[in-house]
Amino acid sequence: MHRTDLLEIDERQYITFAEGVPMPLDSGEELGPIQLAYETYGQLNAEKSNAILISHALSGDAHASSCQSQTNENPGWWDDCIGPGRAFDTDKYFVICSNVLGGCRGSTGPSSINPRTNKPYGLSFPVVTIADMVRAQRHLIDYLGIEKLLAIAGGSMGGMQVLQWAVSYPERVNSALPIATTARHSPMLIAFSEVGRQAIYADPNWNGGDYYDGPRPNAGLAVARMVGHITYLSETSMHQKFGRRLRKRERFGYDFDTDFEIESYLRYRGNKFTERFDANSYLYVTKAMDYFDISNGHGDLVTAFAKSVDITYLVVSFTSDWLYPTYHSKELVGVLTAVGADVSYCNVQSTWGHDAFLLEVETMTSMISNFLDRVVKEKGIRL
Amino acid sequence: MNSNNLRADLAVIAGLIHTGERVLDLGCGDGELLRYLLDTRQVVGRGIELSEAGVLACMRRGLSVRQGNLHEGLGDYPQGSFDTVILSQTLPFLNDLTFIFREMLRVGKRAIVSFPNWGHWRCRLELLWSGRAPLAHDLPQPWYTAPRARLLTIRDFERFCEQNCIQISSQVFLKGEQMIKTHRDRSWRATTAIYELKP
Repeated sequence: MHRTDLLEIDERQYITFAEGVPMPLDSGEELGPIQLAYETYGQLNAEKSNAILISHALSGDAHASSCQSQTNENPGWWDDCIGPGRAFDTDKYFVICSNVLGGCRGSTGPSSINPRTNKPYGLSFPVVTIADMVRAQRHLIDYLGIEKLLAIAGGSMGGMQVLQWAVSYPERVNSALPIATTARHSPMLIAFSEVGRQAIYADPNWNGGDYYDGPRPNAGLAVARMVGHITYLSETSMHQKFGRRLRKRERFGYDFDTDFEIESYLRYRGNKFTERFDANSYLYVTKAMDYFDISNGHGDLVTAFAKSVDITYLVVSFTSDWLYPTYHSKELVGVLTAVGADVSYCNVQSTWGHDAFLLEVETMTSMISNFLDRVVKEKGIRL
Repeated sequence: MNSNNLRADLAVIAGLIHTGERVLDLGCGDGELLRYLLDTRQVVGRGIELSEAGVLACMRRGLSVRQGNLHEGLGDYPQGSFDTVILSQTLPFLNDLTFIFREMLRVGKRAIVSFPNWGHWRCRLELLWSGRAPLAHDLPQPWYTAPRARLLTIRDFERFCEQNCIQISSQVFLKGEQMIKTHRDRSWRATTAIYELKP
């Protein structure tokens, strides 16, 4: 049911559900059938007690780790943290990562074929939320026969899914690791999302979302990605990485070619992104993030987490992350403390900005592996 | 670990903790005391620590720890959510102690505090004879390397408790590793003071 011209990866597996009865969505609409692409690493034990679900961020996918692939050609987005002896140790744990609902990397999204029309959904795809993504993931966890996850972990938008799991299905989660994230998307985050979306709308190839038979709105999507990329860095990390260095030039060109390294980097990243990402998915996924406020339907954060007190939490933020600033995590930690949950928190010193959650490998490995060991021990989980 | 390997003041504090208590350790450092209490008293332990290195060390010991500044308060913790709140050797580095002690005794049913006594006779003589600021037995770092500490004595602290209507329910004084039996001479003989406080 999904376009086959997108990358096929050997480790990728699929489930399809909601074929008979469609899955209800937060918007009031329904969707079905739904396909989720997922990958797993390590072995599920006989008691099915060692499963960890990893949720990906905006531009991620199910390919979180290449630890089980024969070649190194296609690195996973969290290779440094998932694998034998790493933070999420695949010698001990069974790690699952699935592409989000609304995505474009094997899971049902706007670029999928609508079985009722035999054409890609485009903008007729219903708007989905983080809670809808998590609802779909729950089908996958049911399918794998896992009663209770040892842990659910993710950074950025992945962290929002972590919090949503904790609130929607507290009885299915032993521990939760929301990293570099927030309990509610801030106006500044919504503003950046909107700039990205406007760049896509402004591309004439976008054509109201109906472009699957013709040229794709790659220019718009690339600009959206460039804006996004700036927000994942910090001023310090840009200084360190690029400075004011010129790109293959001794002096200014006094033209509109690429002068600076940073320009070249952003253009490269923007263009590269269009090879693997669908512009409509970018619209849907950013919209899902904008709608995210874990207190929705509960009144306030304390009420939202009132039933999620038996989960053990590890909250992590990074000092230079201005996109999801430290005080977002501190607010979350405060709420979890107030409801009486066991919450550990670290604000990791880093210059890498929001990207730090992918780059501060040594600190993350130490924290996460020790935390998981403790959860296993304190909750008496047999591995 | 047995109590013989534990620093003397920590061993005294551990002796005041009952099995199965809920304990909050403020400024828990590398988590040595909390780990000991978990292993020997089966407490439910939580720590708050300012430094990243301390937080990571606590996590290595398998502890539940929050990175945070005590001056931001303990406002998130419901009233009476701990049996005991511990402030071990952290007091000299804090500001606004009236606020912090009020918070400790709101969140905890009791508080246990330990601090170095700058009223010890060596400190008194050091200032008198050498004219230099005294180094406490428990904080031997010179003034220019250690974080800024406020020097206080046993008399200072007891007066503070009196003025703030904090009840001292028990007290232990150490001379180095040794417990002082008679409390009459505590203000000049003790190197370390440990108080159990109630609201």
